[in-house]
Amino acid sequence: MHDFTPISGFAGGALIGLAAALLMLLTGRIAGVTGIVGGLLQPDTADRSWRIAFILGLIAAPLIAALFGAPLPRPAMNGSLVVIAIAGLLVGFGTRMGNGCTSGHGVCGFARLSGRSIVATFIFMTAAIATVAIARHVIGG
Amino acid sequence: MPVLASFICGLIFGAGLLISGMTDPQKVLGFLDLFGAWDATLAFVMAGAVAVAASGFAIAQRRAAPTFSARFLWPDRNDIDAPLVGGAILFGIGWGLAGICPGPALVNLAGLSLPIVVFVVAMLAGMIGQNLFGKNLWRPRTMAPGAAETASLPSRADG
Repeated sequence: MHDFTPISGFAGGALIGLAAALLMLLTGRIAGVTGIVGGLLQPDTADRSWRIAFILGLIAAPLIAALFGAPLPRPAMNGSLVVIAIAGLLVGFGTRMGNGCTSGHGVCGFARLSGRSIVATFIFMTAAIATVAIARHVIGG
Repeated sequence: MPVLASFICGLIFGAGLLISGMTDPQKVLGFLDLFGAWDATLAFVMAGAVAVAASGFAIAQRRAAPTFSARFLWPDRNDIDAPLVGGAILFGIGWGLAGICPGPALVNLAGLSLPIVVFVVAMLAGMIGQNLFGKNLWRPRTMAPGAAETASLPSRADG
């Protein structure tokens, strides 16, 4: 099983928070990955360049780490490609419908003490925990 | 400059996801598996992220404008509506199935492994599908005059 890594978790989390803080302080935008990507996919969005730049930054992070010897991320994933595709569809549709994901509602919403985001985060956490419980302990058990 | 700033913010965000271990779906699923060998790391990631983001937002709220643009685009909605609840449920089910949410999906795209490419293509298709059809599921088809102007802009949504 995986180890509990609170120190690297907190340090990495602090960097995520720093990125969200800087994006607001420098450009006035919320660092919500769903909103950034989803806006790019809408034909009527005028502000595309900063969105593309943020996404390229996300993808560049492991590439730069690879220059210093880190392996490229090729994570082991559970389930068949069909299940993975269904999961991707649900994540894409759900985050757009609910106007946010772990970054926009979870990190930025909690940091703003937005009631809307705190409710959304509680709901998607509960739905995810229930899904894992059913997949691992009811079906897979 | 705002474009360069966005790129650097994306880079820092991606580095944070990598260092925290949240790009590994098994680690995320370890947190979501409350009834198995529970790994509490994700809670520490959230605590670090929220603490630093809240401090930065507090500084931003005392300023008149961001460094490289005209105004702060704070999300302006407070209502809890059906799309928020329904969307969060659908997202949570997908997140629980794969252990990947949108940020880590894009960071992992750099490795170009087949499951991640399939996930990202499906995720983008889901977002486009919601952009195209989703709004009609929930919003009244006939808007009152002026309602379109006061509806929140995409850039001012929560996240």
